[in-house]
Amino acid sequence: MLATTLVSASIALIFFYAPVDQDGLNQKIFYFHVPIAFTAYACFGWGAWKAFVHLWKRPPGADLESYVAIHQGVIFGAMTLITGSIWAKISWGRWWVWSSHQLVLFLVLFLFYAAYFMLRFSVEPGPQRENLCAVYAIFGVVLIPISYLAIRLAQDYIHPVTFSRHGPQMAGSQFATFCVALAGMVALAGFLYRLELAGKRLDQRLRELREALA
Amino acid sequence: MSAEEKYVAAAYLVVFLFVLVYVLIMATKVARLEREVGELAERARRRRETPVETHEREEVEVG
Repeated sequence: MLATTLVSASIALIFFYAPVDQDGLNQKIFYFHVPIAFTAYACFGWGAWKAFVHLWKRPPGADLESYVAIHQGVIFGAMTLITGSIWAKISWGRWWVWSSHQLVLFLVLFLFYAAYFMLRFSVEPGPQRENLCAVYAIFGVVLIPISYLAIRLAQDYIHPVTFSRHGPQMAGSQFATFCVALAGMVALAGFLYRLELAGKRLDQRLRELREALA
Repeated sequence: MSAEEKYVAAAYLVVFLFVLVYVLIMATKVARLEREVGELAERARRRRETPVETHEREEVEVG
């Protein structure tokens, strides 16, 4: 309910409240593209944290929580890449620019976590798989700050900088719209995370019940 | 509709489709889980009834 309200409110703000700046209408993509990218980072970060907790305290379910968070991160990462490519096509006339460090590093981060599923499903379920996946998820999180800071370290500055040391590079109404869109995306990711986790836990319990009844 | 408007619409459509497909997959999964719960409940019910019948039959044979 919260996610639906916030996402609906952000769409209304994007199209009826936030002004169109010098970039033109394509700037409207930014309000979804950047929050989706931030949400993807948050999902990967949460997945890595749960992996760390799994290795540290070994609570039951931490491995599953890490897996679901990374799954969400990959979905939001795919959306980031697609919406970003559409934005690039309008602004740069090309779907992809290999010289942009941030784009390439985000792609590397996305592919790294996409490979997580190959690792997970190539090992038999059990403690060994849980440990391997946890270590892999923690390694991947190192790429997040590199990906985020790449634009600031790069020399070309082809990718627009939204947040600098001097704060957000946008008007107050644009920043307010951006914050609502970010809250909406985080709420949406949270809802989908809980939904998928509940489904997976139920599936797991049903499997145990089926084995007990067999 | 200008080319720019089409691209902006496409970007929003992509996000909407991703969420829609995800929710549809989840709805399919929930439907499957409901069916499985029903099957397991049925199996548990039959299992509860079966030992009683066996017990009765054994009593008849002994008698």
